[in-house]
Parts: sequence; structure tokens; C-alpha cells
Amino acid sequence: MAELTYRDAVIRGIAQEMERDPDVVFLGEDVAKAGGVFKATVGLYEQFGPLRVRDTPISEQAILGAAMGAAMTGLKPIAEIMFSDFIAVCFDYIANEFPKSRYMSNGQLKCPLVVRTGNGAGSRFGAQHSQSVENWCMMIPGLKVVAPSSPRDVIGLLAAAVRDPDPVIFFEHKSLYATKGEVPDGEIVDQLGTAKILKPGTDATILALALMVPRALAAAERLKAEHGIDAEVIDVRSLVPLDTQTILSSVARTHRLFTVEENPRLCGWGAEIVSIVADEAFYDLDGPPVRITTPHIPLPAADNLEDIVLPTVDRIVETVRRSLKS
Amino acid sequence: MATAKDRASAPAGSGLNDDIGEEKRLEMYRTQVTIREAEQRAFDLFLQNLVKGTSHLSLGQEAVAAGFAGAMRPGDLSFCTYRGHAHTLARGVSVEKVLGELMQRDNGLMRGKGGSMHLTSAEHGVMGSYAIIGAHLPIACGAAWRAQYRGDKDVSVCFFGDGTTNIGAFHEALNFAAVWKLPVVFVCENNLYMEYTPIGDVTAVPHPAGDRAGSYGLERIIIDGNDADVVYRTAQAAFDKARAGGGPSLIECLTYRHSGHSRADPAKYRPEGELERWKERDPIKIYKERLLQFGIAEKLINDIDAQVRRVVDEATEACKAAPVPPVDILTTDVYADGGWAWRN
Repeated sequence: MAELTYRDAVIRGIAQEMERDPDVVFLGEDVAKAGGVFKATVGLYEQFGPLRVRDTPISEQAILGAAMGAAMTGLKPIAEIMFSDFIAVCFDYIANEFPKSRYMSNGQLKCPLVVRTGNGAGSRFGAQHSQSVENWCMMIPGLKVVAPSSPRDVIGLLAAAVRDPDPVIFFEHKSLYATKGEVPDGEIVDQLGTAKILKPGTDATILALALMVPRALAAAERLKAEHGIDAEVIDVRSLVPLDTQTILSSVARTHRLFTVEENPRLCGWGAEIVSIVADEAFYDLDGPPVRITTPHIPLPAADNLEDIVLPTVDRIVETVRRSLKS
Repeated sequence: MATAKDRASAPAGSGLNDDIGEEKRLEMYRTQVTIREAEQRAFDLFLQNLVKGTSHLSLGQEAVAAGFAGAMRPGDLSFCTYRGHAHTLARGVSVEKVLGELMQRDNGLMRGKGGSMHLTSAEHGVMGSYAIIGAHLPIACGAAWRAQYRGDKDVSVCFFGDGTTNIGAFHEALNFAAVWKLPVVFVCENNLYMEYTPIGDVTAVPHPAGDRAGSYGLERIIIDGNDADVVYRTAQAAFDKARAGGGPSLIECLTYRHSGHSRADPAKYRPEGELERWKERDPIKIYKERLLQFGIAEKLINDIDAQVRRVVDEATEACKAAPVPPVDILTTDVYADGGWAWRN
């Protein structure tokens, strides 16, 4: 067991898979010699050499297209899109190419690749370098979508993503890179499509993803200490496949549902989960499901403004407390 | 294959068995005629409402497909556009499978799940037909990267139209392939029209591909795309270079489509006489004359024509008789486990 940052977990996760399988190759902007703009790929170029860890031009379409061509002919590429906002300039691959080639070819083509990308706010970068865009990907049949919140999950879910035969979009949260967590020694391989109950509870289910997970945990502690509310916190981890069973069985025990989402409100992942719960567990609920989200606005750069728009621990505590009291 | 007695007296020095040779020439002739007959049949089947959706024909552009496929080895990979029937047939995919897909029947290449614009036959090296302009140039780079990484000797060949040269992915892919020295050959079929608009009206340079090659450190290659021999020789040189580690090539083939852009387009925008002038340079006419000039007996050529027509007729009947796809394939192959489950 060792304490590792989320950033170092990315490095260890990629290295673990590259050591295991020579078909795993890695490409992106500034990822090789520079070690990545977030320093999340430092040392990989030195360890695995210029044939397997490759710098690319600023050409996001070329990066994702090349990853796809390599994947369909036998490699297992990991491609980095530096900021998830840049998915917008190569969305064709995410929306039209990766997820549809298997279906359209009636199973002749495969696309086993991972796109790693820096997601989320907290760095005061403004509206084009701070977004949480996991919902852009969640809506597309044929993709898998993962967003880990802890160093251990980074390694385990990245390994699962690399070994998965489908295209996986892997959202790393930029504001988590410096956070630390305990990580066991040796190989770690997790499972896509599994949510994790991080804190059991009986009074409410709080679902969270990525940066919202530590906030939900902190909120649950305060709810317990200050208001006697025993909330269950679930890290959703994987939006596709979605572990609805863990969520539904939690709601069956707590009878209340809250989602904590960094994405802007419209069509956020919580909306889909709330609709599933309303559809399949309506009579388990003692009150309306409540979504705690960023409002439907572009993200501001100023720190005081950015801090207001993201769901905070205070906002989560207040929202849950008020809802349970009413 | 022609035998000595099939051959009329060849003009001295014409050299049927030159670097291309009789067998390859007859193969390329058969390929061109197969494309011509199958595409014409596809058009006829539209009119009977038996081909559904849209379709983009390569009538008039057969020599590009035949010349490149003729120079490709098994294992080389083709990446096509929505105008991809010709390149698919040229790699040896059966007419029935192609027409079946156009007619969206269960005997189609992808059992009707892809349609005319997405013909794919991995076993023939046809790694997909892509209907988003430019998307497949980077994808071909990736396949070439795999070959480079593993030391495989196959070449990735990426076909696209003149219109593609104005989209970002074209430029990203060209630069990427040049910087990484990838074994990929980019083939621009310049048929003079970007959909309904003359390519010259919307492009800053006269030769949409050739004039851009220098920007990526590549040779300016512009060829007669209606002469399969010229195409074949150019392809050979580019493939040799790619296999030897010399990196990518960009080849602009000048050609012309005899039909409209797609099923919906009667091509009224063409200046009077243009189509007729290009039909005088019909690639099949050119190639037939070449074979005759080299002393291939007319009977042998006519036999090939008749055989191809029979194949296309039989394929048509088989497709008409084939059932539509069963509903149970609707949800197969969304994910690699064969199904479509996104939740537990």
C-alpha cells in the first residue's frame, strides 16, 4: 500500500498496461517528451520509448482517427485529448466513427481504444477549458464512459478500459490530479459498469461523479454530525455501462435520491438516472428526486464566480437537509 | 487469361507483357467492367425503387479503383468514402454482396445494417466506407501506424474526392502522415465537382490535392485517372515507397463522374458538352482499345463483358429473391459482447 496522487496514478495505470501488453500504445499532444501539460504522463516516454509514446501535432482529429485506425487493425491505443472541451473539434470520431463502425459493419470492425481527457472545473480557466462534458459522450450508443474519483480507481478503471474491447472515453478530473489516496501494491484491475458505495447510509442516497465525490462525502459527514442525517454516498464511476442495480437497491433502502453533478443542468447524467429511478422505483421514493448541478450557463473564469456555480459541500448539505425536512 | 491463339498480331514494340503484363491487364479490365455493370445496375434498380436510401455511383471513375486495387497486395487495406462501391468491388467483394447491401437485404455485405455509404469487407481489406467527409484519412493513418509499429509490410490506401481536400481532417492527416512517415497512400479522385459545385469555384488552387502536396513536403503527383495503366504504375511506385519506409504519397487522379453526385442529382449544373467530351475519354473505352492494340482478341474481351453481365444479372436475381434483414439483428453488435446493453 502506498499513498499516490491521482496524477501519479494515471502514470502508473498507463505504465501497468503498457508493460503488460506491447500492443498498448499512447499518443497525444505534449505527452511524450514534455510528460503532459498536467504532468500526468511523466516518465512514460523514457520507460517505453518513442515508438510507443508519441507526441502529435495539435490535430485532435488526427489523434482520434489514428487511434481508431490502429485499434481496428490490432493495437490498443490510448489517446489523450488534453482538455475535454477539445472533444468538440474531434467529435466526429466520438459521435460517428468509434461507436458506429462495429454496428454498421455488422460486427466486422472493432474499436478497442481509450480516450483519456482532462475534464472539469476548478482551475479558473474559463468556459473553454473547464467544462464537464461527460454527458456529450454518454448519449452515444456504442461508447463507454468512465470518470474515476480516486487514485485507486484511476488505475483500476484505466486498466479495465484498456482491456475492454469497446471504445472508452476516460474522464480524468483536472482538479483531482493533486489529490492523494491509498493505492495497493501490484496490478490493479477494476470493472467497468460498477458503482461503488463509499459511505453506507439509511436516510438518503447521494450519487456523485469525479470531483463531486469528495464533496458528497464531506457533505455526508456534516449531514450526520450537524443534522443527524445518515446519507449513503455512491460514486457512480461509470456512466456507460451504468450500474443501475446498485443505485436502485440503495434507493429502495433510503427512499430518497440526490444527484451531485458538475455538468450544466440540461441533459446531465443525473437526469437519466432520475428518470430510471422514477420509472422503476417510484414507489420506493418518499419524496421527489433532487438534482444538484451547475446551472445552465457557460463557466466563468473568476475564482469567486466559478466557486459559486459548481455544487459545493454547503449547497449539498443545505439541499439534502431542506429536502428531508420538508 | 488470353492464350497465344487469342491474340491478333500485336504491333511491334507494343509490349503487352511489359511491366504490367497481360494477366494483370485483363484483371483490371474485368474489374472496370464489373464496376460499370454493377453501378449501372444499381442505377436501374433505383428507378425500380429496389435500391433504397441514397447511393453515390462511380460511373466513369472505374480506372482509379481498378488501377489501385490491381497494384494492391492481399493484406493491403482500403479506406473508402460513401462513393465506395467501386473500391469495394475492385478488392474482390462479390457483386451480390454489394447489390444486396444497396438493396438492404439480408444477403448484403453488412446485412443491411450499413447501407450503400458504409460498404465494409474486412476479409478483403476493405476497412470501411466513411460518409463523413475526411474522417477516414486520419483512420488510414492509424492503420498505417500499426503497420509501421509492428513492422508489417501492408500499405493503407485512402480514397476520397476533390471536395475532401477542403476539410480540416485532410490537412491534419497529411501533416500527421508526413511527420510520422507513415505507409499510407492518399488518393484524390478529382471528378471536378464537389457535390453540385465545381471544385474550382471553392478551392484556392487549381489542383485541389496536387497543389497542396508541397505544403506537406510531398511530391506533386497529378495523373490521368481514366487510364488504368497510368493509375496502376503510379500506385505501384507509391506502394513501393511506402513499404520501403519512405512515407506517404498524395496522388490526384483526374477523372469524371458520368452520373450526378447522388441518386437525387440529375447534374444539371454541368456545362453543355462536358459530359460528352469526358465520355470520349471513358476509361473502359480507353482500356478496351489498349487491349486490342496489344493484340488481345476481341472475342476474349467480349467474353469478359458477357461473363460480367451474367454475374451482375445473377446477383440481381439473388438480391431480389433475398429476404429483408431479420428484426433480431437490430440490437446486435452495438458493443463487442454482441449486444446493446448499456446498463445492468
